[in-house]
Amino acid sequence: MRSATGSHTGTGTWLLQRATALMLAFALSGLAIYFLTAMPLDFNGWRALFAPLWLRVLMLLVGVALALHAWVGMRDIFMDYVHPTGLRLALYLAVIVTLAGSVAWLAATLWSVA
Amino acid sequence: MAQRPVYLNLLRIHLPVAGWVSILHRVSGILLFLAFPLGVWGLSHSLSEEAGFRRMADCVAHPLARLFLLLLIWALAHHLFAGLRHLALDVHWGVNLRWARLSSIAVLLAGSGVALLAGWSLFA
Repeated sequence: MRSATGSHTGTGTWLLQRATALMLAFALSGLAIYFLTAMPLDFNGWRALFAPLWLRVLMLLVGVALALHAWVGMRDIFMDYVHPTGLRLALYLAVIVTLAGSVAWLAATLWSVA
Repeated sequence: MAQRPVYLNLLRIHLPVAGWVSILHRVSGILLFLAFPLGVWGLSHSLSEEAGFRRMADCVAHPLARLFLLLLIWALAHHLFAGLRHLALDVHWGVNLRWARLSSIAVLLAGSGVALLAGWSLFA
């Protein structure tokens, strides 16, 4: 019988972890340069930084990549250290809710500027 | 035969330098996971209205907040460098003991270096 939490998807998540890692490394470096070269700013200048559509799309994609990357990483940590199945599933759920909520909130925030 | 189970004294285990890079990769990952919702919260407040922007600016000006920010910057830098080392190991670059040790030390130094630079610009 398959166990409740072993799903034989190791290779897929391994690849997902690497792909999102590379994307985050490039995109976060670019975003850091974009924001740091614009500092310091007042409120209107700060909002204006988020006006370009490409920036909002990029930040949302980064948020999604970050959520996927963090999901695989937190899942790996829980698999290693948290052995009671019920507790582990509860922690998985907490991580998923936190990440999905953060991405949704990020999208709402970014498009509230426009 | 030794008595089972064996309880290892974690304080007396000598962790090799690659082991420190690895465990700090996990610790920094957890910190960054926790920072994600916090960052979105801060972004949301700072963009919502002028008063929210000023509150966030005052908040980030506080020394304790800056110390926390410095911790997150270190976490991001260490996680990035340790992750790049992982990617290199995945394609079998630097897998022998000598290079693995050297790259571990390089990761620790690079993470600390970024933290020092960030600390200097945050506190000086």
